[in-house]
Amino acid sequence: MRALTWHGRHDVRVDTVPDPEIVNPRDVIIKITSTAICGSDLHLFDGYIPTMRAGDILGHENMGEVVEVGAKSPLKKGQRVVIPFTVSCGSCYFCGKQQFSACDNSNPATTSDMSETLYGYPMGGAFGYAHLTGGYAGGQAEYLRVPYSDVGPVVIPDGISDDQVLFLSDILPTGWMAAENAEIEPGDTVAVWGCGPVGLFAIQSAFLMGAHRVIAIDHFPRRLELAKQLGAEILHFREVNVREALWEMTGGIGPDACIDCVGMEAHGLGIDNILDTVKAHTFLGTDRPAAFRQAILSCRKGGRVSVPGVYGGMMDKFPIGAFMEKGLTMKTGQTHVQKYTGQLLRMIEEGKIDTTFMISHHASLEDGPDMYRHWHDHQDTYTKIILKPGLEKGAVQTQQEKIHEPA
Amino acid sequence: MAGFLLSGDNQGRDGDTLQRTLIGAAAVAAAAGVALYVGRKLSGAPEGPLLSDAPASTLRGGRKPDPALVGRTVTINRSAQELYDFWRNFENLTQFMDNVRSVETLDGGRSHWTIAGPAGTEVKFVSRITEDQPGRVIAWESEEGADVRNTGRIEFIDAAPGRGTMVRATITYDPPAGAIGRAVAKVLQREPNVQARRDLRRFKQLMETGEVTSSASPSGRRSEDPTKQYL
Ligand SMILES: NC(=O)c1ccc[n+]([C@@H]2O[C@H](COP(=O)([O-])OP(=O)(O)OC[C@H]3O[C@@H](n4cnc5c(N)ncnc54)[C@H](O)[C@@H]3O)[C@@H](O)[C@H]2O)c1
Ligand SMILES: [Zn+2]
Ligand SMILES: [Zn+2]
Repeated sequence: MRALTWHGRHDVRVDTVPDPEIVNPRDVIIKITSTAICGSDLHLFDGYIPTMRAGDILGHENMGEVVEVGAKSPLKKGQRVVIPFTVSCGSCYFCGKQQFSACDNSNPATTSDMSETLYGYPMGGAFGYAHLTGGYAGGQAEYLRVPYSDVGPVVIPDGISDDQVLFLSDILPTGWMAAENAEIEPGDTVAVWGCGPVGLFAIQSAFLMGAHRVIAIDHFPRRLELAKQLGAEILHFREVNVREALWEMTGGIGPDACIDCVGMEAHGLGIDNILDTVKAHTFLGTDRPAAFRQAILSCRKGGRVSVPGVYGGMMDKFPIGAFMEKGLTMKTGQTHVQKYTGQLLRMIEEGKIDTTFMISHHASLEDGPDMYRHWHDHQDTYTKIILKPGLEKGAVQTQQEKIHEPA
Repeated sequence: MAGFLLSGDNQGRDGDTLQRTLIGAAAVAAAAGVALYVGRKLSGAPEGPLLSDAPASTLRGGRKPDPALVGRTVTINRSAQELYDFWRNFENLTQFMDNVRSVETLDGGRSHWTIAGPAGTEVKFVSRITEDQPGRVIAWESEEGADVRNTGRIEFIDAAPGRGTMVRATITYDPPAGAIGRAVAKVLQREPNVQARRDLRRFKQLMETGEVTSSASPSGRRSEDPTKQYL
């Protein structure tokens, strides 16, 4: 089959690779119909995530049609399914608590050693995301092997398009859990750093959970515009002093909750960020947490900080004083996708959540390497890219001209 | 049982690459090590009776009763009896112990083990049960003449109500005799604890999910088979 493979920093290729096969009884194989590129893939593209191996297949936001079924899978050939990016067994202590991304069994015994060394305990598995999380092939390919198919896959009823439900695989539950972790109360003002797909879903979710105001921060006009369409007030961080602006806009109280939807590769020209960038490139540091620091410093006393943005290693200059003295609460984590998919699918069916507004491009798998470059270099106009193995090479559709194919 | 103290040569071929990627973490750990060393120099290791309630395998260097002692505990979401029963049927152990080729039950609590050694070799020995408390403990020791003399103990300890069972493995091994023994020892001394923790982890996977977890999948690496687990 054809697949997008990682070969090093800024080096993604289309390769011909073997087809996946059923390995364990609970597996299925799906034929991919849609697979998106995520902000998390940028961290891989930029070489910020350790334990990638040349030749790894990318892609963790996947959906498709079941084409092969293991002996113990309840799924049937022909079913359309969305696949959570988290691989979860459904029967360990953590899955039992619905902390699916912490699954204790989905990371194979040999690879789980690495995260045990780095983080103290083995991490759960994930598709297309380095060997730290198991080394499962991703779905930016024609076919995908899905383990524990009785736990993860969301069966999609007829009459709903791929575009409407694909993001159940990651960014929609991620934005939702980010807002849930912000513990929003009526009257709250919520500040959201980053208006990428995760930030945009966090904004929408925050309003659905009763936020009075949302203030969104980024530096890409198109992304800020999308945030504004959702009802947020916006801040261009190169135009304004963000902390002063938040003080003024909240009358000196500060945002009740702050959500970091940026992660380890924050942009910006703050002195701290320049130092962090130098350190990351000389391997003296691992993360560039400028937005994270700003969120902690901006948050009101007794407020909540929610961190869906991904971090991987050690952080310099964590403002522990501000965090402690103000009595903040922080919640974070890889999303427990399986916990939210049922509820969010219902909301999509009822038209309560708009899941397609941020899609800017559809493209073929063959155009994948170009799409990675655009996703990296032209974030303003490329707000979300969906790859469709069914499309011909060169058949790139932009938002205006994209075809909403019937289900 | 004794199988998992023997680490074979079937580690992933990219172990080195991975190790390199973890060098950063290792550097931090090294710095922490220096700090610890200096700290200990300054404070001095405590003497007198042990105060800690932890298993002996967690004791620091000088206080360990036997330097070759390895221990590991995992919690498994199943009853102690169920786990004991599965384990006590030694033929089952090949399902999750990577390097155990076969186990054959003999009479008198004895069993014959064949284990994959380094470079395609095989290590064989007879093991004898020294303690057997149904639902609680199984302990063994190798019989005279084993290439690698070893003793081990598996305890099944109830976790908090509703949280399954803590399975604790404690193993010691003696410096082996003979050429194969020396070769095995070389591998052994590097990672008996790694083998033990991976085997226990696979045991947990099998008991909780009915499968040994595998991320086997295709990749652009020509030499790899998409149905096999690498690394
Ligand atoms: N927790 C999870 O399970 C999970 C799941 C998916 C994605 N993520 C992470 O969420 C983060 C966002 O994902 P995405 O797909 O939206 O990524 P993205 O790269 O499309 O969006 C990030 C946005 O942050 C903006 N930004 C950069 N620096 C900023 C700063 N200093 N202040 C304000 N905004 C800034 C960028 O301009 C960009 O628009 C990433 O770190 C991603 O890895 C986490
Ligand atoms: Zn993602
Ligand atoms: Zn689990």
